[in-house]
Amino acid sequence: MKPHASAPAVSILFAGLFLCAPLHAADLSVAVAANFTAPMQKIAEVFEKDTGHKLVLSFGSTGKFYAQIKNGAPFEVLFAADDETPARLEREGDGVAGTRFTYAIGKLVLWSKQAGLVDDQGEVLRKGRFERIALADPRLAPYGAAAMQTLNKLGLADSLASKFVQGENIGQTYQFVATQNAPLGFVALSQVYADGRVTEGSAWIVPGELYEPIRQDVLVLAKGKDNAAAAALMDYMKGDTARDIIRSYGYAL
Amino acid sequence: MAVLDDGAWQAIRLTLELASLTTVLLLIIATPLAWWLSQTRSKWRAPIGALVTLPLVLPPTVLGFYLLVLMGPQGPLGQLTLALGWGTLSFTFTGLLIGSIVFSLPFAVQPIQHAFEAIGPRPLEAAATLRASPLDAFFTVALPLARPGLLTASILSFAHTVGEFGVVLMIGGNIPGQTRVVSTQIYGHVEAMEYAQAHWLAGGMVAFSFVILLSLSLLRRSGGGFMR
Repeated sequence: MKPHASAPAVSILFAGLFLCAPLHAADLSVAVAANFTAPMQKIAEVFEKDTGHKLVLSFGSTGKFYAQIKNGAPFEVLFAADDETPARLEREGDGVAGTRFTYAIGKLVLWSKQAGLVDDQGEVLRKGRFERIALADPRLAPYGAAAMQTLNKLGLADSLASKFVQGENIGQTYQFVATQNAPLGFVALSQVYADGRVTEGSAWIVPGELYEPIRQDVLVLAKGKDNAAAAALMDYMKGDTARDIIRSYGYAL
Repeated sequence: MAVLDDGAWQAIRLTLELASLTTVLLLIIATPLAWWLSQTRSKWRAPIGALVTLPLVLPPTVLGFYLLVLMGPQGPLGQLTLALGWGTLSFTFTGLLIGSIVFSLPFAVQPIQHAFEAIGPRPLEAAATLRASPLDAFFTVALPLARPGLLTASILSFAHTVGEFGVVLMIGGNIPGQTRVVSTQIYGHVEAMEYAQAHWLAGGMVAFSFVILLSLSLLRRSGGGFMR
């Protein structure tokens, strides 16, 4: 130890410490669409290990996040379930221009917990031998809108309308089918998919031409403008590590 | 300017139907239950009383989730209704009615029970000395004396059912005319960023609830408490 360390040197040392602190261990408040919960938790784990930044994750519906962000919620990044909400926030000046991009493209699946109920061509829809079919509210959830587009394309929207039960988001829709209160329903592939296959029950992965791609966009919000962790996360999402995780949950990219 | 659209009126009608039926059924269920709780010395009194109060403290997500599981084809209630040929109750008006009864049970039982307890043993003993049978005494003495409690129970059950949200959301499935009530309709508007429609319904809800609570407190004052 040097007893004569000069005062300016010490203050520079301390100043450096304080300046570095936010760069190395910044907390980032992130709002995440419910359907992206599982992949985001995994990405957060490796992101925190790789960069030292810490993510504080909130999961919920994109519509609710929009209302909260407009009313001063402290979120710095939004992972939306659609591409409209981030575009709108950017337009309205609540996001950082130019930071928006598509981080995942959701896939729709017709799923039943019962083995053999859903065939791999979706013929079960035409036969209509079920009392109820669950889908997310098309007004509120992009996966619900995609389900409606599919049924419209198949010409079945009217004949099946009386059998609809609607979840307010895709998580609740999954719950209806998982508890078998609805024998089958349209859910997000990411909810029933792991390691390259549907984990249980029976499923028809709806062909992409039957619905508009479910683009899920991310946006750095105004409150995250000067947070280094926000920029680091955006870069990380474009890297292979994150993209591989996203794909493993059944999203396209 | 059409302030409320057809969907809104349908939801209002359904909500009032649900709340009225829930209130009537709750009075029929809660009155004997409250009477028993107020009179018994059974060791079951405390556990049953706690069970009745449970919906007061449980979050609606817990109630809704268990109702969904119970009513599902794998659940005991679902298996019963399937065996009876009724299908499952989730996503039906009947299912919603059962959920509402469970949800508002403490709001009906507690005021009635307090009213019965406030009567005390005297009037009933007097009735007995006049050779009234216990059933007679119940209908001619206890029930009329407990009227303020019954009134409070009715108003609270009705208002609480109108304000019910979480349970409906979880077992309802948002079917127009069947399970889409005012609270879930408002929620849909807010989520879809249709704030104007949401405001009309939500503002109406605030006004309605205020009037209910105001009339309750005015009624209590004029009634002079539970004992007259």
